[in-house]
Amino acid sequence: MIAKASLRVTPLHSVNRAAGARIVDFGGWKMPLYYNSIIDEHKAVRRSAGLFDVSHMGEIDIQGPDALETVQRLTTNDIKKLKNEMVQYSVMCNNNGGIIDDLLVYMLARDHYMLCVNASNTEKDFDWIQKNKVGDTKVRDISRDISQLAVQGSNSEKTLQVLTDIDLSAIRYYRFRKGKVDEVDAIISRTGYTGEDGFEIYFDSTHSVRLWKSILDAGAGFGIKPVGLGARDILRIEMKYPLYGNDMCDTTSPLEAGLGWIVKPDKGDFIGKDAILRERNEGVKRRLIGFVMTERGIARPHYKIYNKGREVGEVTSGTFSPSLNKAIGIGYVNVDCSGTGEELEIEIRGKRIKGEVVSTPFYPSRVKK
Amino acid sequence: MDFPEDLLYTKEHEWVRIDNGKAVVGITEYAQQELGDVVFVELPSVGTEVAYMDPFGVIESVKTVADLYSPLTCEVLEVNHELETQPELVNSSPYDKGWIIEIAISNMEEVGHLLSHDDYMAHIEDTED
Repeated sequence: MIAKASLRVTPLHSVNRAAGARIVDFGGWKMPLYYNSIIDEHKAVRRSAGLFDVSHMGEIDIQGPDALETVQRLTTNDIKKLKNEMVQYSVMCNNNGGIIDDLLVYMLARDHYMLCVNASNTEKDFDWIQKNKVGDTKVRDISRDISQLAVQGSNSEKTLQVLTDIDLSAIRYYRFRKGKVDEVDAIISRTGYTGEDGFEIYFDSTHSVRLWKSILDAGAGFGIKPVGLGARDILRIEMKYPLYGNDMCDTTSPLEAGLGWIVKPDKGDFIGKDAILRERNEGVKRRLIGFVMTERGIARPHYKIYNKGREVGEVTSGTFSPSLNKAIGIGYVNVDCSGTGEELEIEIRGKRIKGEVVSTPFYPSRVKK
Repeated sequence: MDFPEDLLYTKEHEWVRIDNGKAVVGITEYAQQELGDVVFVELPSVGTEVAYMDPFGVIESVKTVADLYSPLTCEVLEVNHELETQPELVNSSPYDKGWIIEIAISNMEEVGHLLSHDDYMAHIEDTED
């Protein structure tokens, strides 16, 4: 069991185990799939609040006189639109316009940024940034020193406000503040991966257990529950938030993945721009769509998608949605059958089961704009 | 965990309640806990003939897809249609409202392959190690 021995753990691993969490391998990490029930945890986030250990996420620090130019060259979104204390969703592409990773850019200062990247991509991202950085830029992988907790759900603000003097109501969506949470220095960011109002908190890993416990205590009266990656996956699928490794990879382009809104060719040069512009001119051949099952069956990743008898694509994410009480999925299909209302058939264990392309998100977003 | 002593079991964590040449089949408390929240059960058609240890259906939790194996060579007499709209009954009531199929046993000699309560308990302990 050599593979198991090399799995990494977050600072909360023993706390998660003691809480009875079902632990699974997630991208090289031992992570909680659920603590009690995926459905109950999903419900807690949609109705009150949930606390997620997402310390496996990677953080890359980019600093120096040319830090801005480096981020601008490496990502597709326009970093010049950012001011201090602002966050931006973006992707890094390779020269073919394929997605290396999707990420959040935190502007700490004009010459200082923090990227939050997918755990399993951290090393790949770091090497790519190091190789392609501009001029005088210092790049550091600070993932081991930084832990991240996410508090998501309508009672997130009330919960966290118990622990901090920062006026959380003044932090808008995709903004952050630096301050203390339960006396621990933290970045408090109004962002998330659930479609609910909520915060993501970054802090020194040595304080993980303390903050985990104090947030659960602060939220006890507000219905907070620890939530594992199982519910997190359903929550993000209900919003059609793509997940790297499932819904995008280094051969899918941001245009295909529905991320054209974070590609800003007018900003100047960036890696992948030529390929993306070419694709934009020629038109994409496939598109990431959301569908619901209209017959009984649950679509799972890699199931084939048919339209009028011909194979047109593949499911990339699928689940039962407790919010909609039906099976939903995400997948790539040929552009000619990607319109809302288009009938699809998903091949489930050799049988073709009907589904239909729907507009997304599947479930209305309640983030605080 | 609850494992009724009057049932027979399989290594695939199914239970079998035999009564006069017929049997009711479901999954055990252990199985439902391992699966987590059950959200879909694919049932066979009534009248289907299934060989010993062949799959007769599929059970899906939020994260897992698992085959259901026939504990005996049989003909399917009845299926629990409640599970089509309330698959969670498998979690909340695995030995009662969460039953899955009723079968006519084709070969009573196969009953000897099933595990007694004590043998099943020992099997779970082995699985956990």
